[in-house]
Amino acid sequence: MRTLAPLLIVLALASAYGVWYRRSRGRITAKKQPAGALTTIKSEEIGTELGSRVTLVQFSSAFCSPCRATRALLTDVVADLPDVVHVDIDAESHLELVRRLGIHSTPTTLILNKAGVEVGRAVGAPKRDQVISALASVK
Amino acid sequence: MATINTSVSAQTTSKGRLIDARGPRFSAALTTLVLALALVTHSGFLIAFQLAVFTIGGFVGPQKTPYAWIFKTLLKPRLTGEVPTEDVRPPQFAQKVGFVFAVAALAGSISHVSLLFTIATSFCLAAAFLNAAFNFCLGCEMYLLLVRLTNRSK
Repeated sequence: MRTLAPLLIVLALASAYGVWYRRSRGRITAKKQPAGALTTIKSEEIGTELGSRVTLVQFSSAFCSPCRATRALLTDVVADLPDVVHVDIDAESHLELVRRLGIHSTPTTLILNKAGVEVGRAVGAPKRDQVISALASVK
Repeated sequence: MATINTSVSAQTTSKGRLIDARGPRFSAALTTLVLALALVTHSGFLIAFQLAVFTIGGFVGPQKTPYAWIFKTLLKPRLTGEVPTEDVRPPQFAQKVGFVFAVAALAGSISHVSLLFTIATSFCLAAAFLNAAFNFCLGCEMYLLLVRLTNRSK
């Protein structure tokens, strides 16, 4: 049975997913948290002191190409900001935290305020200007 | 301030070798073509060929496949500009996933279970197409989910 139908269906579905994938990956979304349901991360959970204003918690894995680029970008961005800390942690060895935070893919970067409360997150490699403006908006 | 360093992506240079990132993308485009033809013609031969490529890519290295050889000898000399590099482990992981689906597709072809062939080839094709057209990172999306599913007690 030779038919083009399966091919066309696969390409159509994959294209739709691909467009969504490209749009959603890297976008920083602000976290609107209802009172009493705050996601707070403690310094002992990530193995480092929190930044005095912002902490960027990046979750990486070994089979992730954009993790390297994300790491390089965030390292570069925080270099001039004394009140921001970037921590890059291995998702696989922090599974409990990964489950609690609802992290499904890598890289995922959380933006924490000085209290360790998640105020935003980016799934996928974020863009430099978006990171800079997101950092500027955290008080 | 500073970047604190406990991650696997930091170990890239020591553990995972760096390869030309355009190689796997080109290979994904060829894979898409071969799998599309296999899906339309229900060709067991094409799936067996692609399975052989996935076997080399997944267990020797994605930079050692016939597709990578075509990239290196025909395309790379004509490309100019800075060479984008990537860790070899993410594309190698994707090749291993491709290997699993191609085994299922070949089993379907040999046993004349047409539905198995079509479904397995379709998933393989979708992943290859997403990689080629959208720079989709299969390891990013699948690996952590697999670890989360297989380590329930942790």
